[in-house]
This record gives sequence, C-alpha cells and structure tokens, in this order.
Amino acid sequence: MTDTAETSPMLTTQDGVPLKVSIARATRRQKLRAFLLVTPLLLFVLITFTAPIADMLYRSVENDIVSETLPETVVALEAWDESSGEIPNEDVFAALVRDLEIAAAEKTHTRLGSRLNYENSGMSSLFRKTGRRVKRMDEGNYTEQFIAIDEDWGTTKTWQVIKQFSSPVTAGYFLAAVDAERTPEDGLQFKPSDERIYLFLFWRTMLLSVTITVMCILLGYPIAFLLSNLPMRTSNLLMILVLLPFWTSLLVRTSAWKVLLQQQGVINDTLVWIGLVADDSRLQLINNQTGTVIAMTHILLPFMILPLFSVMKTISPTYMRAAKSMGASDWYAFWRVYFPQTVPGIGAGSILVFILSIGYYITPELVGGTSGIFISNRIAYHISSSLNWGLAAALGVILLTVVLVLYWLYDRIVGIDNVKLG
Amino acid sequence: MKLKSLLIAATALTMSVPAAFAEDMTIVSWGGAYSDSQNNAYHKPYMAMHPDVNIINDESSNEAVAKLRAMNEAGNVTWDVVDVVASDAIRLCDEGLAVEIDPDKDLAPAPDGTPASEDFGDLLVSECFIPQIVYSTTFGYRTDKVGDEPPTDICAVFDTEKYPGKRSLEKRPINNVEWALLCDGVAKEDIYDVLSTPEGVDQALAKLGTIKDDVIWWSAGAETPQLLADGEVVMGSTYNGRLFSVIEEQDQPVAMLWDAQVFDLDGWIIPAGLPEDRLKAAKDYIYFATDTQRLADQAKYISYGPARKSSAPLVGKHADLGIEMAPHMPTDPNNAKNTFLYNYEWWADNRDDLDAKFQAWLTQ
Repeated sequence: MTDTAETSPMLTTQDGVPLKVSIARATRRQKLRAFLLVTPLLLFVLITFTAPIADMLYRSVENDIVSETLPETVVALEAWDESSGEIPNEDVFAALVRDLEIAAAEKTHTRLGSRLNYENSGMSSLFRKTGRRVKRMDEGNYTEQFIAIDEDWGTTKTWQVIKQFSSPVTAGYFLAAVDAERTPEDGLQFKPSDERIYLFLFWRTMLLSVTITVMCILLGYPIAFLLSNLPMRTSNLLMILVLLPFWTSLLVRTSAWKVLLQQQGVINDTLVWIGLVADDSRLQLINNQTGTVIAMTHILLPFMILPLFSVMKTISPTYMRAAKSMGASDWYAFWRVYFPQTVPGIGAGSILVFILSIGYYITPELVGGTSGIFISNRIAYHISSSLNWGLAAALGVILLTVVLVLYWLYDRIVGIDNVKLG
Repeated sequence: MKLKSLLIAATALTMSVPAAFAEDMTIVSWGGAYSDSQNNAYHKPYMAMHPDVNIINDESSNEAVAKLRAMNEAGNVTWDVVDVVASDAIRLCDEGLAVEIDPDKDLAPAPDGTPASEDFGDLLVSECFIPQIVYSTTFGYRTDKVGDEPPTDICAVFDTEKYPGKRSLEKRPINNVEWALLCDGVAKEDIYDVLSTPEGVDQALAKLGTIKDDVIWWSAGAETPQLLADGEVVMGSTYNGRLFSVIEEQDQPVAMLWDAQVFDLDGWIIPAGLPEDRLKAAKDYIYFATDTQRLADQAKYISYGPARKSSAPLVGKHADLGIEMAPHMPTDPNNAKNTFLYNYEWWADNRDDLDAKFQAWLTQ
C-alpha cells in the first residue's frame, strides 16, 4: 500500500489556499467566538472564585513577615549555629535594635509577635514589651539590655524560632496541621500526644461523613422508590414534603433537633412516659456523635432522594414485569433487574451528601458537643477566633486534597460516567 | 433649551444629594439585649444631637476580628466603631487593625474634672481599647434542683455527689482552667504561675476531667440560660447579664452563684485605615458615648457595670422593671466578695497553646 498523503497533490480551495490552512482559519474563528462568549463567565469565576481560593491557599506556606519586619537580623542570624547551645553574638542584637526601632515606629513588631506566638508561646508579649522599650536603649552592650527587658532573649529557643521561620515560605503550618513539628534538636517529629488533634479530627470527619452518607442511602432509597412508583398527584404532594426542609432555615431545623433530642426533650419525655426508659437514665441523644449523625442525615436527606428519584423515574416498569414473567421472585427481580439500574442515582446522591457533609460546620457546632465536631469547626476557629489563617489554610488544603483524592478513587472504582442526576 | 435646563437641574440635584442626606456611621456590636441597651443609652441621644448622622447597627461583633483583618487587607474598611471584648481589642491592636487612643485627649473627663485615664484606671488594658462595661462570667443554678443547701462556693461545680446533674461550661480553656485550679487547692495569686508550667495545665485538666462526663460545653452565651430554663443542666457558666434576664425578666427558678466570678471588659475600638473625616466622626461619637452619664445610662437597660469609677453612683433603676440595678451589678460589694481578674497578657501569650491542649483533651 502506498502512502497517499505523500504522493497525492496538496488539496487546495478554489483561491489556492491549502485546505488545511483554510479549515484551521475557519475553526480558529469559531473557537475564538466560543471563547469570547464564555469570557464574561470565565472572568467572573476567576476573579470571584478561583483567585480568592488560590490566595487563601497560598497563605498556608506564606511567611515573609519575619524577613520583612527584621531584615537585618535575619541576615545577621545566618552566621549563627542554632544547635550550638549558645545565644547569638552582639552583632545580631545590634541588628535587632535597628530593625525593631523601625518596626516599633510602624507598629509591625506586635504583628510579628502574634505570628511567632503560634510557634512558641510567649513571643507575643516578648515583642510587645521589647517594642515599647527599644527606643530608650543606650548605645552598645545590647545583649545585656535585651536580656534585662526579658530573659527570653537570653534563651536559644527564642532565637531558634526566629531563625527557623525567617525564610519567606514555610512548611510550619502544614506540619502543625498534621500534628507534627520540627525542632533543631530532634528534627521532624509528632507533637506530644496531649496536643495532637487534627489527624484525629480528619479521621472522624471522614468516618462520620461516611456514616451520614450510608444513613441517607438507607432512609432515602425507600422514599425515592415510593415517590417514583406512586401516581403523579400523590407523588407531587410527597415531593413537596421532601423539599419543604429546603425552605426552612438551617438554623431553625438544627435548633428544632435540640428541642427534640435533649434529655428533657420530646423524644426522651415520650420514652419515659411509655416506660421504655427510666427517668434517671434518659438517653444521651445530643451533644455527641449521635446528635451530629441524626441532625445531618435529616438535613442532607433531600440531596440523596432527589437524584435517586430522577433516576428511578426513568426506569421502565416493563423490566420488572419481564423479569417476573420469566419466573423471578419479587426480591430477585428487584435485586438483579431494578437495583442495578438505580446505582448511578446512589452514586450521584452519595457524592453530593458525602462532599457536603465533609465540609459541614454549623450543625456539628450546635449539636455535636465535643465528640461530634468536624475538622471544619477547627478551621472556622482559626479563621475567626485565633486569626491563625496560615494554619486554617493548611487544614483547608489538606481537606481539599483529601476530597479530590476520594473523588479520583471514586472515579476509578465506580466510574464518574455512571453517575446520573436524572 | 428644555433639555439643557433639565440637565442642569438634574446635576444640581445629584450634587446636593450628599449634603441633604445624613452621614452613615456603622456601629458594630453583639446584637440582642446588649445592642438595645446601647441603642437606648448612646445611639438615640447622639442622633438627636447630630441630626446629620445616621447610625447603622451591625451585629457582627463575634466575628469582628476576622472581618476587620479581611477589610484591612482589602483596603476597604466599612465599619466606623466596633464593640469587642478586651482580649480581642489587644489582638486587633497588636495586628495594627485598630487605632491607638489617647484617653485624656479623645475621651471626656469625669464631671468633677478627673481625667479619663484616671477615671477608667486599670481598665485601659490596651492602647486601642476604650472600656465600656465590666461584665463577669459566673454561674447560675436551678434553685429547685440543688436540694436544701444551695451552693455558695465555686467548687460546688466540681462536687457532683452533693449536686448531681449536668453542668454547662464554655468550650474553651479560659476561665475553666482557673476555676479548676482554684478548686484543686491552688491559691488565687499563684494560679497563672502554676498554669505556666506543663504540670499545672495537666493538673487543671485532670480536675476538669473529674466532671468531664457531666459537662455540656457551650459556645454561644445564650446556651446556658436556655439549658437552665429547660432543666437540662443544674448549673452553668455564662455572662451575668444573661442570667439577670433569665432570673428577673423571665422569672425562671434560677439563682446566681457570684463566687469566683471572672471579671472581663467589653468596649470600643476604632478600626485602622478610616479616612480622616470618618475617623473624626467616630472619635466624636466615642467621646460622647463613653462619658460618665452615658455609661451610667446603659446600666438602666442591662446588668453590666459601667467602666468608669465616676459612673457607679449614677446607676439607677431598670427602665422597664423598675428594680434597682446596683445590686445586680457584678461590681456590687455583695456580689464581688470573691472575684477573679482575668489576666489578659498571660492569655494573649498562651491562648493558642492551651487551646490546642484543651481541644485535644476534649476529643480524647
């Protein structure tokens, strides 16, 4: 067989332009038009969604505050050996005076103090105190003058922290987010067991989210089945009941669960009245994991029912009839013929419920007590209360990565093409 | 011609709009009964005196620190005056997010001429903070569930044999670790020294551990009053003003346990980065709202103590209930027999560390 592409004359349009070029030109124009049409939306998404998220995520490694506030000290510290067991020499202290004088005038020294306080308790007041007195320092013998202000200036720990966090990017937040730390003496290691919290919370968030997803499948499947098999009028009415929670404030629904579930609440009162539970051993249904699972299952249930319903609606009843006419029992026909066709709906519902619950914050905060809170509650704490945005960003990056990995795994095992929303 | 005159009229109208409408001033506070008390004592009289100022209430104080930082980074500060607790004011000042105040220049002297710096005294805990009220975190208990001997001592909280039932405590280490050490035999003046050592923290958590299974942890101040009213807890900590409203306004069978109440401060800051005219307006408002009479007026509406020494004698009766407010103040001598002063500097340094330990302890 001969190679036709090489031997045949080049195809051209009527005006002599090669066909390839002409087609490319036409499609380029089309592509450009398509691109211009989506540009407004693309820009909107980039500016209001992608850029802020990227900026927030970058904070998980950003650390230029030390080198910006104490530029001379950072340079002077390069010569110091942090594992020598001795504090830096007079040159470093002299550099610190010059840096702090500028910092105190611009009031950036306290900001640096709060940053370093995340790494070593006491840095906050150390910088606040030193900043107040640095203007009144005498010429020369700075080492002694600093130690006179606060003994911490005479400890290697203080200087180790400053040196360790003097580079413009840091892995410190990510280490803290996985309960680890790096010390000059011992290198990389886990924090003492009484300070470890985040890995455990990640694990619990996963576990509870899976539990909630499974509960939603168990409760949502029969409802969706019923909805899709009832006559239109009745099913529409029931559908409104499913959607009703969407029109009620999330806080109202969560507070309603408090009233129902607490120990002096409706459910416990009823159980005591029936005699199932003794008055002095009322069930603990809230302020623990049970409370979180119950309230969140209720809140996320519609996200499972709706995709299940729309998938079930498309399954023709003739399949079941055909299976039964060929001798299958009710259960066998359901399990081998009907159920496999609803798997894409289960897949879609599970992804929705799982991903929503993994980032849930307000419901666990209100009904979760101490054993039912999620990693998102700690992220919220660091954003709004401790102002440690770097750590919050690092936790967020990890959570995002975990979700993406799970999504990828899901795609490999179930196949994302098998997910149907209707 | 017609069009031209129309255009001129329209231009004149648009240009006159800013002058004709009042200047907006956004004041951020906690909402609820507290904002109402500020509205009655400060905002209304201020707006009556300055018809050109329109005060807008924003109830975002519980997330003020984070929002102020975000506004500052965005370079668009939309708040003029913000009500925060003292520890948040210290943090905002450290972060350069609040402006520094010169008490004797920016605040009114007392009626007898005492300068503001003396009138507020030690309560000026940060250069950026203008104190407004003294509140306390203290315990309330159900009078019908404590038997014949109602608790008089903070350590009743840790005595589950004598006072069985659940307790509610705030879901953070502050105050709880101090109370725990106090009831574990540590002298009041040694508490922060003990807490500065790892063993001291362990000791406090161990003491809290003795009641861990009996505690419902709260994160919003309204939770304990609700839990007390529902009978879910036998005693619980919250802010004294919340308990006042449960006891006096809602007539619940609840009483105060003032013992070892922890004093804390709430007050104003002015955000950094305001344009000159708004900064001037904010300072003018602050000068008015923190004078002796205004601080005393606020106590008519809520049971928090005024931060000025000169305001205390002027505290009168509750505006609706008509009861004397002085005996309900945390600073009243009968209530303040045993008080505990929150150490701001210590907590500013150790809060993150202790919080990590506390949260880890809670999840175990």
